[in-house]
Amino acid sequence: MSTPVAAGTLSASSPAAARVRARRWRGRLAALRESTPATVGVAIVLAWVALAVLAPLIAPYPPNANDMAALGHTTPSKAHWLGTDHLGRDLLSRILWGARPVLVIAPLAVLGAAALGSLLGLAAGYYGRWIDLTITRTCDIVLSFPVIILYMIILAHFGSSAWNIIGVLTLTKAPIIARIVRGMTLDLREREYVAAAKMRGESALYIMLVEILPNARGPLVVDMCLRTGYNVIIIGALGFLGIGLPPPDPDWGGMVKDTYGMMMVWPHMALFPCAAISSLVVGFNLLAVGLRELGLRD
Amino acid sequence: MTDGPLLDVRDLRVTYTTRAGEVPVLPGLSFQLNAGEALGLVGESGCGKSTVALAIVRYLGRSGRIVGGRVRFEGRDLTTLDEAGLRAVRGRRIAMVYQDPMASLNPVMTVGRQLMEAPMAHEGVPAQTARDRALAMLAEVKLADPEAVMERYPHQLSGGQQQRIVIAMALITGPALLIMDEPTTGLDVTVEAAVLDLVRELRSRHRSAILFISHNLGSVVRVCDRVAVMYRGELVEEGPVRRIFSNPRHPYTRGLLDCLPTLGSDKRQAPLVPIAGQVESALARSPGCGFAGRCAQVEIGRCTSRPIPITEVHGEHDHHVACVRADELARWMRRSGAPTAHDAGGAGEPMVAVHHLTKIYETRRRWLRGARAPVRAVSDVDLAAARGRTLAIVGESGCGKSTVAKVLSGLEIATAGGVTLDGVEVGALAVDARSAALKRKLQMVFQNPDSTLNPSHTVGYAIGRALRRLQGRAPADLSAGVAHLLEVVKLSPAMAARKPRHLSGGEKQRAAIARALAGDPDVIVADEPVSALDVSVQAAIVNLLTEIQAARGATLVFISHDLAVVRYLADTVAVMYLGTVAELGPVERVFAPPYHPYTEALLSAVPVPDPDHAVARILLEGRVPRADEIPRGCPFSTRCPRRIGPICDETPPPVQRFGADHRIACHIPGDDLRRLQTALVEPRVVGR
Repeated sequence: MSTPVAAGTLSASSPAAARVRARRWRGRLAALRESTPATVGVAIVLAWVALAVLAPLIAPYPPNANDMAALGHTTPSKAHWLGTDHLGRDLLSRILWGARPVLVIAPLAVLGAAALGSLLGLAAGYYGRWIDLTITRTCDIVLSFPVIILYMIILAHFGSSAWNIIGVLTLTKAPIIARIVRGMTLDLREREYVAAAKMRGESALYIMLVEILPNARGPLVVDMCLRTGYNVIIIGALGFLGIGLPPPDPDWGGMVKDTYGMMMVWPHMALFPCAAISSLVVGFNLLAVGLRELGLRD
Repeated sequence: MTDGPLLDVRDLRVTYTTRAGEVPVLPGLSFQLNAGEALGLVGESGCGKSTVALAIVRYLGRSGRIVGGRVRFEGRDLTTLDEAGLRAVRGRRIAMVYQDPMASLNPVMTVGRQLMEAPMAHEGVPAQTARDRALAMLAEVKLADPEAVMERYPHQLSGGQQQRIVIAMALITGPALLIMDEPTTGLDVTVEAAVLDLVRELRSRHRSAILFISHNLGSVVRVCDRVAVMYRGELVEEGPVRRIFSNPRHPYTRGLLDCLPTLGSDKRQAPLVPIAGQVESALARSPGCGFAGRCAQVEIGRCTSRPIPITEVHGEHDHHVACVRADELARWMRRSGAPTAHDAGGAGEPMVAVHHLTKIYETRRRWLRGARAPVRAVSDVDLAAARGRTLAIVGESGCGKSTVAKVLSGLEIATAGGVTLDGVEVGALAVDARSAALKRKLQMVFQNPDSTLNPSHTVGYAIGRALRRLQGRAPADLSAGVAHLLEVVKLSPAMAARKPRHLSGGEKQRAAIARALAGDPDVIVADEPVSALDVSVQAAIVNLLTEIQAARGATLVFISHDLAVVRYLADTVAVMYLGTVAELGPVERVFAPPYHPYTEALLSAVPVPDPDHAVARILLEGRVPRADEIPRGCPFSTRCPRRIGPICDETPPPVQRFGADHRIACHIPGDDLRRLQTALVEPRVVGR
């Protein structure tokens, strides 16, 4: 995709074009501030990203260190702001460290799903006929499967690792993206600029990637934000089911699983990781809502 | 009823909040409308005419705000009325008709229920009474078989029928004021003429006042008593229709009249004069006349230093104009450019020829459901365009003119028959199958300015890409080529860096023409390139196309439903109806008797911007038959006003030849046609 774009772009490197681009980016950021949900969403997500990146510096304890002295009272205290878990590990440190895998896996899986789903959706919508039929039916079959069971089967078979989780999420989310992109392609392929591209002899791949896909990006970006949030939940659920990231490294879902049995006595052990999951999901959802709002305004 | 005008708009000020700040769209507008009167509000897009309509009923949405002035209607000030008061006025006392009828109709409700809703909601009448009134109203808007129409859903009706329903809905409560915002803009000429006649007739019966908003002076003249011309949110001229058209005082009004093609204008003798420049943004207002930047009569200082008040024209108490030089300007004569020589080519083999072309769209057979009847979009069409000349194809929507264009361009392939392009048979070649040389030879200009350019790419990219693909230019020397092409279409080279959404409709269409020119084509197929544009922009684009064609000696295939434009620029005209050619010939012969009865009907429907011009109007009844109802005989027989008997329904009409190159497909002998038709008033040229 990059070759035709880069080669054909007119004076892409000229200072004027650079200025236009810079102005456009500043404009976009300013526009984001016009929507309250988008502003709050960006703030939450960026805050989590900062905490995750800085975890080695700001986490008060190593994530897997057991503080035997704290086992007597695991509830929040001066030494352990959010308390410790049943093994005496500092919850704050574990939550900070636990943000790291989530913030890598969830977006990567969405990018994977978007790439695969876009290609499938473009091909289905652009070519139609049997190609459309094959792709749409396959997607329907994947979507009709109870996903949690699907995850359990696949991860049990291939073992659970970060890459496998990304793979599974990509495969199960791509059909949803494919549907969205297919719908938009059906509309966009009838545009006159597509006819103009055909008349100058462009290849089908060029038309799909350069003429159609960029115009589908608005709804696609909104959906990707939402889906990143959902992925955070699924990663949590996988951890809770014990097929998430392997222990002992902190993983929000796993933290809940390890401690929910003690919910009646020490609810904080499960509640704080849950709160972390929710806040991140809410952040992505608000961002999606805000982007949609801004998209409708234009 | 209270004394004074029905609607009194005083110093109405409206602003829109945008990212760039508060935009004063209406900086202070005043006008009156008396009970039962029809006022036409005219101006180019972006001049604020729709804002006026919305502000009156306070439908401005979240970004628009009334910041000053009053709107007195039946003695009440609508700008301060509360929601309950507004509801009592909207729909019941003031009704609105918008451009797109589908947007006003609820797709999941039958027409009958929608019509009955207003009287039941606003007047609390019982269902039976509402039903009777709905039926009466449908008969009044001349829909055949009102009982059946009541049970239909909006999508089962044609565009013209839908607009009639919307008008019926608006009038059913007997409103004192009817606001119509571009009610006929999306419709075919024949349908537009019928709707305008209907509005005119209903007006005399219902005594509703009408505020008729349009960018086209030609349609205003048919309906209105008075015309108000707006420019950048301000009234520049206002007066009785007759005065405005016979002696317009404001240079802007004159410009609007000059750029309107009439059946008398022709690219050779009287080229159109477009208004220079385009509507400037409402953000940057100068203290003086808003039109000064585009006015040929501007006098820097007097015109530009202080606000220009609207004053009475000397000796004409009902005619007002906002121009300090109004009294000094010479009396208006329709202006036209200098005659030009258009005589490129014409001899030898035709550049494009269509032989017995038939295009049938098959609907695919589906499992457990039979295939639907195939759609015959074009059947047995013969056409030819000489080298360097303009072939125009005219007809209503659905007549197959765009299908012919698609087969020419290879976006569709012929089912039978053939197309030759410079002697090469291409009818069966889809665009992918055509050689690079063939692709370069024929390029297209499309209809919709909003979809012709990819919103994600800059103008420079679009044109540059075409240069690369069609001429094999190296990426390094694209920018010079792009700049040159932009210059050819009279755009500034700086446009190359812009994306389409920063361009006006006319600019987008120019950029699209530049893209089509990138391969230096021998044939340009233009499918309704100006029908989505304002009249003032239309003239400029049409002139640009003819200029380019003359300069490059290219052949132009121009597809349009607008006969005035076709008359203006064509050398050869083909009139199509239901996939067949009804009449074909040199422009001056097609536009003179004998006409095919269909050509005759189309001609009589063309709006003429002259209040004194009265044609014996031929209104086409009914609608274009669906693909599965095409008559066995003459396709036009179901609507033909000159039908002579069963022979028309049963036997396909013979092609009568008049001279070597003029053909009419009709059962009526040519001499009879000529005798019947010369009785009609010849369209005369306005202002001469």
